[in-house]
Amino acid sequence: MELININIEGQDYQVEKGLTILEAAKKCGYNIPSLCTYNHGECSLASCRVCLVEASENNGPKKLVASCVYPVSDGMKVTIGSPKATQARRTSVELLLSNHNRNCQECEKNGKCELLYVAQVTGAREGMYEGAKTPTTVDRLTPSIMRDTSKCVLCGRCIARCGKAHGLSVLGFERRGFNTIVGPAENRSFQNSPCILCGQCTTVCPTGALMEVSEIDKVDAAFAEGKHVVVQVAPAVRAALGEEFDMKIGTPVTGKMIAALRRLGFEKCYDVNFGADLTIMEEGTELLHRLTEGGTLPMITSCSPGWINYAEYYYADLLDHLSTCKSPHQMQGAVIKSYWAKQKGYDPKDVFVVSVMPCTAKKFEKDRPEMANKNGKDVDAVLTTRELARMIKRSGINFSRLPDEDWDQDIMGEYTGAAVIFGVTGGVMEAALRTVYFKLTGKEYGKIAFNEVRGNDAGIREASLDIDGTTVNVAIASGMRSAKVLLDEIRAGTSKYQFIEIMGCPGGCINGGGQPYVKPCFLPNEDDDILDTYKAKRAQALYSEDERQVVRQSHNNKQIQELYEKFLGEPNSHLAHELLHTSYNPDRERFD
Amino acid sequence: MAHLQQSAVKQIEEICDRYKDEDTPLMMILSDIQKEYGYIPLEVQELVSEKTGIGVAEIYGVVTFYSFFSLKPKGKNVVGCCLGTACYVKGAQQVIDKFSEILGIKPGETSEDGMFTLDALRCIGACGIAPAVQINGTVYPKMSVDKVAPLIEQYKGGQA
Repeated sequence: MELININIEGQDYQVEKGLTILEAAKKCGYNIPSLCTYNHGECSLASCRVCLVEASENNGPKKLVASCVYPVSDGMKVTIGSPKATQARRTSVELLLSNHNRNCQECEKNGKCELLYVAQVTGAREGMYEGAKTPTTVDRLTPSIMRDTSKCVLCGRCIARCGKAHGLSVLGFERRGFNTIVGPAENRSFQNSPCILCGQCTTVCPTGALMEVSEIDKVDAAFAEGKHVVVQVAPAVRAALGEEFDMKIGTPVTGKMIAALRRLGFEKCYDVNFGADLTIMEEGTELLHRLTEGGTLPMITSCSPGWINYAEYYYADLLDHLSTCKSPHQMQGAVIKSYWAKQKGYDPKDVFVVSVMPCTAKKFEKDRPEMANKNGKDVDAVLTTRELARMIKRSGINFSRLPDEDWDQDIMGEYTGAAVIFGVTGGVMEAALRTVYFKLTGKEYGKIAFNEVRGNDAGIREASLDIDGTTVNVAIASGMRSAKVLLDEIRAGTSKYQFIEIMGCPGGCINGGGQPYVKPCFLPNEDDDILDTYKAKRAQALYSEDERQVVRQSHNNKQIQELYEKFLGEPNSHLAHELLHTSYNPDRERFD
Repeated sequence: MAHLQQSAVKQIEEICDRYKDEDTPLMMILSDIQKEYGYIPLEVQELVSEKTGIGVAEIYGVVTFYSFFSLKPKGKNVVGCCLGTACYVKGAQQVIDKFSEILGIKPGETSEDGMFTLDALRCIGACGIAPAVQINGTVYPKMSVDKVAPLIEQYKGGQA
């Protein structure tokens, strides 16, 4: 690593060669405001001009440069706080604001808006450059993501994320000059574009231009109608919800979260982990059938609705490879409206199931026609982790002072360590393998953790398992860019795997599109490298909960066993198929 | 995709193959398609996306950024009025308005009979003969409002 000497605000520093001024300044303890640059150059169009500083090289004259892309050089002198630099940054922000829909009070991004943040730190003044505004498009057609171009600052982060995570680039810049907007081709809705609704774009958008479609109103209405409102929460939520209440990233808040849900008035609070254990029973059995009776292999997991959307749009010829299992919260919703409602003596129509998910695609999934039966929809509303935080905040609950409470575990709700790790990439695979191994050998797998498939980056990982002499090859991928590699192998007939786990978002559900925003400017107490480490920290919160569980295999869940004895019969039974399995749509047009 | 004729699909694939060894083939592919067909609809962009691996939104962005590319079929005769600085001060706005009035279309539009497309161009480099009008590649110097109607008649009559 070559070090060079630079001078910032009259102080000498040694920094790594090759860094941008912005990165070097950060290491030296200066935060230069910026908007369009994000996550080590994942996006760096240098288009917003919010990071302008004065720099001189070789004792030459000072000039204004965009610090997010301008590299440091030996002997460079940088001034961040000079009148010229501060006024230039202020002007950049004022120009952005002049073409911005400034209804900040009503904007759901209020409090998390990076444009407001830079406006504050640069001291932007009101109404400096009033004039024409770019014609606006508002798209609220999908149940998952809304787009409002009147809030867009054209930073390009969403475009970069969509391309980086999925290789999809559903979003792009279109038109030119003052008419430029960001959107799917032809300025279409996400509804009739091949968007998988994963919501990754909403996690990087600095403003309110891309956000989830809120369903808080639906939940309010259900309470007002006096329905039996039951809530179920996905594993990944507990690993991140604390962030919304200023806790360090990676703080598990399971107990407080449950306490909060009770105070919000939910009649029962169940962990989707019960559904995850159920999924493992069904999916593990399905895999066994396919392995022993010559079904379509490799079998691919079907828990991630973003991935399902992708498969239907781009790999409709491979839909036979997908497990027919519904995702855990849909399974659990179906069980709540049948088994649970019956035991309680409730009419399923009076039961309202709310899922709290780290995901925006789940909002779409719950509305699919396949996800309903005579009892109505399996799940009636899906809230993201962020929406749950909003509900807690508006109810005046002081989250950090809540006691730790436990899940309802009356008729259902018991869960195992296997289920907890569903929220991490590789988790479904690991949980399924624990059960498959038992079913094939009658023994518990000695070393419970399949470390070969653990991790939280977006690459592809694989493992070979020896199950009593039979070798089972497995692979996992998260993010469609990685998944595509495995899918193309299957299409070409060269895949060596029997079982593949695919998750829509890079890193799995802990990095889902409905999780709290990780925006360094709002996280003064986190390390500078938080964008590199947050996924691992959230994953660790789940792995530690797995290790705390006494029972770590789904097939050892007593209430699951009881559910089969009293109600479903056996895994993959007729009733199980009716309630817990689904089918896929091979006819979805990418641009219909 | 279903709307494309098999022969068109084949030809577009052939155009994509021409540039498969280029690092950044998109502009060349789109230029060839534009020249061949006169426009680049979404179905064609999807096909180019599949062949090149470049996202549809990115291709659409390029097509809508450059005025040379068109999303809709252009007319038989493409009238380009230069509105660059020199032409503008010499009265180009009045000239394009006259074209607009006689043809009954706004700049960027194509007449219903498919005969004429009217485009507003930025400097075509013919400032010495301003205001300049370009029809199907032929440049007409020192245009005036009076010359517009006879010129249109020429092209209506089938002269190219």
